[in-house]
Amino acid sequence: MSILEVENLTVDIPVAAGMLHPVRSISFSVEKGETLCIVGESGCGKSLTSLALMGLLPKAAIRRADKLLFRGEEIGDLPERKMAHLRGGAMSMIFQEPMTSLNPAYTIGDQLMEVFRRHVTRDKAAARDRAIYLLEKVGISSAASRLGQYPHQLSGGLRQRVMIAMALMCEPELIIADEPTTALDVTIQAQILHLLAELQNEFDMGLILITHDLGVVARIADKVQVMYAGRTVEEGPARAVFDSPQHPYTQGLLRCIPIPGKTKRGERLGAVPGIVPNLVGDLSGCMFRNRCPHAAPVCATADDSLVTGPDGHANACIRPEPERVAEAVA
Amino acid sequence: MKDKNLVDSALETKDVTCVFQVSQGFMKGKKPLAAVKGVSLKVPKGQVVGLVGESGCGKSTLASILLGLQAPTKGDVLYSGESASGFNRKDVARRIQPIFQDPYSSLNPTKTIRSIVSQPLRIHNVGDPSEWNAKVAEILDLVGLPRRAAGSYPSQLSGGQRQRVAIARALIMRPEIVICDEPTSALDVSVQSQILNLLQDLKEELGLTYLLISHNLAVVEHLADRVAVMYLGRIVEEGPSEDVFADPRHPYTRALLESVLTPDPTLSVPDTHLGAVFPNPIDPPSGCVFHPRCADCIDKCKTIAPEPIQDGDHMAECHLADRSCQ
Ligand SMILES: Nc1ncnc2c1ncn2[C@@H]1O[C@H](COP(=O)(O)OP(=O)(O)OP(=O)(O)O)[C@@H](O)[C@H]1O
Ligand SMILES: Nc1ncnc2c1ncn2[C@@H]1O[C@H](COP(=O)(O)OP(=O)(O)OP(=O)(O)O)[C@@H](O)[C@H]1O
Ligand SMILES: [Mg+2]
Ligand SMILES: [Mg+2]
Repeated sequence: MSILEVENLTVDIPVAAGMLHPVRSISFSVEKGETLCIVGESGCGKSLTSLALMGLLPKAAIRRADKLLFRGEEIGDLPERKMAHLRGGAMSMIFQEPMTSLNPAYTIGDQLMEVFRRHVTRDKAAARDRAIYLLEKVGISSAASRLGQYPHQLSGGLRQRVMIAMALMCEPELIIADEPTTALDVTIQAQILHLLAELQNEFDMGLILITHDLGVVARIADKVQVMYAGRTVEEGPARAVFDSPQHPYTQGLLRCIPIPGKTKRGERLGAVPGIVPNLVGDLSGCMFRNRCPHAAPVCATADDSLVTGPDGHANACIRPEPERVAEAVA
Repeated sequence: MKDKNLVDSALETKDVTCVFQVSQGFMKGKKPLAAVKGVSLKVPKGQVVGLVGESGCGKSTLASILLGLQAPTKGDVLYSGESASGFNRKDVARRIQPIFQDPYSSLNPTKTIRSIVSQPLRIHNVGDPSEWNAKVAEILDLVGLPRRAAGSYPSQLSGGQRQRVAIARALIMRPEIVICDEPTSALDVSVQSQILNLLQDLKEELGLTYLLISHNLAVVEHLADRVAVMYLGRIVEEGPSEDVFADPRHPYTRALLESVLTPDPTLSVPDTHLGAVFPNPIDPPSGCVFHPRCADCIDKCKTIAPEPIQDGDHMAECHLADRSCQ
């Protein structure tokens, strides 16, 4: 069963210049035990998507969705009190900005134990044990002595690991992790990824992982969703997306990373020239067209909905690969 | 081979130590935590030195010391061979600019991007105020931000866009040395590649020197001329990038390199073989501080801290790196 099913999720934010459309009618689902990775250019709406799922959008933002099912139940219209109960309990989030979820005025011990006592049991000793257990699991030594420290006394990576531990306190059924390992060194990253996989096997936990790190995506994703300017432009099984990327944006992305042993030192890296379009006001056609090496006049009015192939690999580019290639050669 | 001692160093630390007093909890008193222990590091002029290491090993603390934001408990910092103690804040700021790890907390939420980016110009009174707006526009172009962003506030930008703002602010002073603490970790790969290309171009154009702190070893390998590997407050390996990446001498460096995730969907996440014994900086292990996690540990490692072993231009602090012992 899908632990999460999202259909046509849209987020609008009124800004001085008009209406901003940062997330535009996107759909996806996550099965129990499955890992969905969301990648895409900075500002394409990944964090807003996850905040929308958690009911944590900024006040001014307007959310709409045809379906927002968690464990098969619609949560789009849940009152805040019920939503707050789900958050941190059955569905939890690891935020991109550690300092937004860690309160600088409380010790990390207090903050970890508080979630557990709110959702699981008031028992203080049990909460403390669980906090120490998880801090050690995320690689923080002498965890007991760290409980008394304040967030500002920790390095960036330690803070991030405290947040990961906090998200795991109540054995959630779904975790949304927004850039959970960017501030971590690769050995600890590997370890945290193992821990998440372990929890997935044990509890059938669903995982949505938002990251810029294509190495992480390649190694752990079951499904990959590529976003651009608030839309999903490509989606499919990880193997298919990495081995044969279909959308010109995905193809560009995969050329941008230095690959040890392949890219020469100091050599210029591939790039996707140009900048993200302004998402204020009426938008139409493929939003990638002004940066796309294969753009044609039809792209200005193209329907940018996903078209799914037989292997579940979906792509929003209306110009199929053979056509684009033939043109490039001619 | 050129002796690194003959190349002028833009930045140098001599036996720098930094100790924090951390509380152990209510009524338990304080204990010393040595975040940086006797670090001597040279950053040659016009080169890129990569600094990598476990999260919490002291990289950012070392960066703060180099920037004059944190006083070392012991040791000396030299700018172009001159002791930093003779410099005031403003002199330091004109030479060295930081790009920090966290693009969220390092930008003032109540100021516009224009005001944030031009702040160093204002503080140090550089040029004619009527030119500041033009300078801001120019630098925003350079880092790939739309000019209209100048009027926005940090909260209206995405994480990656904010990091570009931080880079713009550092570069607007055209400093000699830039200390980049995770400059691209918040950026998506397409922006990362633009920023890395940009850092390269600026290095060549302006003869910049970089200390590049990053967890992304592919980025370090791509950019850095030399690389230093830090573990629990010490530099445990240092040398030319090609050598260190091709022939790592310290077991921690090897573990790091083995943990790099290349974008290959046929592979899974590798086992680090480091075990779950994490070092505690308040109570570090005896002998070689890495020994409880080291697969090659011998008796000597448990009691005697290794001295740096120099092999040409490549240093490693490991008993087993001493080839004469084997
Ligand atoms: N409170 C807000 N008010 C106005 N605009 C906003 C607000 N929050 C986000 N935005 C805009 O919405 C867009 C999407 O932002 P979001 O934070 O979801 O991006 P992202 O994909 O997570 O990027 P990154 O990878 O950099 O974290 C961006 O253009 C951002 O500037
Ligand atoms: N103000 C402080 N008070 C007490 N301890 C501190 C303080 N600042 C840093 N530390 C400790 O010093 C050690 C080194 O921290 P530092 O921030 O330099 O690590 P880092 O190598 O930059 O890590 P990361 O890769 O996670 O950013 C950590 O154990 C940290 O908890
Ligand atoms: Mg984000
Ligand atoms: Mg740091």
